[in-house]
Amino acid sequence: GEFGLGRPALPEEIAAWDLDVSPDGTGLPAGEGSVEDGEMVFAEHCAICHGDFAEGVDNWPKLAGGMDTLDREDPLKTVGSYWPHLSTAWDYVNRSMPFGNAQSLSPDEVYAIVAYILYSNDLVDDDFVLSNENFAEVELPNAGGFIIDDRETSEAHFWTDAPCMENCKDTVEITMRARVLDVTPDTGGDNAAAAEPEGAATVTEAAATETAAEPAPVEAAALDPDLVAAGEKTFKKCKACHQVGEGAKNKTGPMLNGIVGHAAGAVDGFKYSKPMQAAGEGGLVWTEDELAAFLAKPKAYMKGTKMSFAGLKKEDDIAAVIEYLKSFE
Amino acid sequence: AGPDPLITEVQDWARATGDGVDATPYGLPIEYEGDVIRRNVEWLTADTISSINFTPIHALDGTITPQGCAFERHHSGAIALKKEDYRLMINGLVDQPLVFSYADLERFPRQNHVYFCECAANSGMEWAGAQLNGAQFTHGMIHNMEYSGVSLRTLLEEAGLGAAGDLKDKWVYVEGADASSNGRSIPMEKALDDVLVAFKANGEALRKEHGYPVRLVVPGWEGNMWVKWLRRIEVMDGPVESREETSKYTDTLEDGTSRKWTWVMDAKSVVTSPSPQAPITHGAGPLVITGLAWSGRGAITGVDVSMDGGKSWQPARLAAPGQDKALTRFYLDTNWDGSEMLLQSRARDSSGYVQPTKAQLREVRGLNSIYHNNAIQTWWVKANGVAENVEVS
Repeated sequence: GEFGLGRPALPEEIAAWDLDVSPDGTGLPAGEGSVEDGEMVFAEHCAICHGDFAEGVDNWPKLAGGMDTLDREDPLKTVGSYWPHLSTAWDYVNRSMPFGNAQSLSPDEVYAIVAYILYSNDLVDDDFVLSNENFAEVELPNAGGFIIDDRETSEAHFWTDAPCMENCKDTVEITMRARVLDVTPDTGGDNAAAAEPEGAATVTEAAATETAAEPAPVEAAALDPDLVAAGEKTFKKCKACHQVGEGAKNKTGPMLNGIVGHAAGAVDGFKYSKPMQAAGEGGLVWTEDELAAFLAKPKAYMKGTKMSFAGLKKEDDIAAVIEYLKSFE
Repeated sequence: AGPDPLITEVQDWARATGDGVDATPYGLPIEYEGDVIRRNVEWLTADTISSINFTPIHALDGTITPQGCAFERHHSGAIALKKEDYRLMINGLVDQPLVFSYADLERFPRQNHVYFCECAANSGMEWAGAQLNGAQFTHGMIHNMEYSGVSLRTLLEEAGLGAAGDLKDKWVYVEGADASSNGRSIPMEKALDDVLVAFKANGEALRKEHGYPVRLVVPGWEGNMWVKWLRRIEVMDGPVESREETSKYTDTLEDGTSRKWTWVMDAKSVVTSPSPQAPITHGAGPLVITGLAWSGRGAITGVDVSMDGGKSWQPARLAAPGQDKALTRFYLDTNWDGSEMLLQSRARDSSGYVQPTKAQLREVRGLNSIYHNNAIQTWWVKANGVAENVEVS
């Protein structure tokens, strides 16, 4: 180039990063996966957020269902009902999923997951096997459901030389009020921001206090601060599903305040797997040793746990994350 | 009232000394401004890691958004990527695929531009009706910064576009280094026009949450194309049709078909004060009505304000002439008689586009579009100065 800056990209480097897959299948690696295998892989890696049948958990995306809802109130947009290209699903699963452990799946696992998503949408039979060979043959129901941006024609009337300035309408009525619905985040004061002026002042002050009160680890005397700090970093791997600290709530996983030394399967309001619930009722307590064993290989430690995390490989990380968890009562 | 003790009595700050210059080597706003912060709407998303927060536009003035309160949207969280570990690859239909380091980027000729960045979902919760009580929540998925960086054209030309042949039908695919691997396809015409590879905003390094050390700036186009932690640019024959350009950020119309490639953000405006989070507290008399206007199709040429829900309009004063694809601040300096107002603003841009009402938008698009809601906003300001988000006939 003109500036002679940069260096040639090596073929191995391009191969490592250039993973995108186009609608015609360009970019797909060789491989295959069956619906049957997909059901297992999906249960292990995806079901924690997307549900066993791709029906979605909490606010996480539903991947199946919603056929023929696009022209109705609140359409349900899933891979089956909305996505135009199967390549998009393959590419996204391959590069961006599972959430918190991206790019950990083999091509065959991705084929299997995508095959299972198709099956969940009643688009293929239970003996279907998806591969790079038959990929282009699968057409999604909404493939023809998109038009290219036509605002300049369908909304041409929004371009106008002379917008109305006077007597633009006879009457004006309020037809809907946000106050009625009241879904504005409560910033700490009373009911939303539209209180009386004095109330509004209270709201803003309360919000200020809220930010000042960063969730600060409560340090018990015996804690090793360096280890707690290291554990805070390791805990990033857990944060996709677990909250800890002031105001922590159950999310995809239970909140973890006070978990060390606490009975298993016993956080209020969290829906545990049956095995976890049974273990807790059977007297399992999360001592540091038990927790360490669980975190090393969750699924080996407890068959049937909903925790999809593969486990922490390094003992140092396990020790650190437990120290970190101990800092929250 | 008697004499004001704040004047007649010597105050602590007038007697003792304040902080030394070492107190805050990098400063934060004074504690009394602690409520001017980004806020999240918890019910919107499953998890804050893949979520969005909102700029406190109700409390800001001027046009430049401070980085510390400029809205964030991540798909897999804000990552910490060192300059030393940063690599930018250009590959695909280029003469020589290249890898740039951060230091390489600093050696290309640099440009400075102010642009707004608006999420396609800004005001998206308002399609079906007035929902959220505050300009921060209805219109806060926007920020406006001065970017310093290198034009994408320069980098593409450095790799050489001869291999791409006829550029008319070519695309670039841009991708980030975070775990979401967020990627978008951009037509070559736009890529060669005004797209920037930026590393500074408002004079300082990008913040982590805005893509440190390098992000893409795609002026006037929806925010999700402004890929953060930019790591790869691939010249291609066609669009990738990635998740964020098919399943998301497409606009479903009443008959169930959906618009795609709706990249340009149409002209839009909002009164930021008074508004639900910024009520009138001083009673009747002089009142500054102010707000923001912007257009992805060019510069703002005018803003009209209505106090009666759109029956009549008067031109507001632009604080400065509208700039291309950047926020414009408007003021209406008025004398409030203390009676109720149905306050609206209406933007006009250099392409001749006039911001539509929600009814006009719904007439074309129905209720299910989610994205690209640029309708006129109404605040019902009551006699006591309290404002509420409403819809009017």
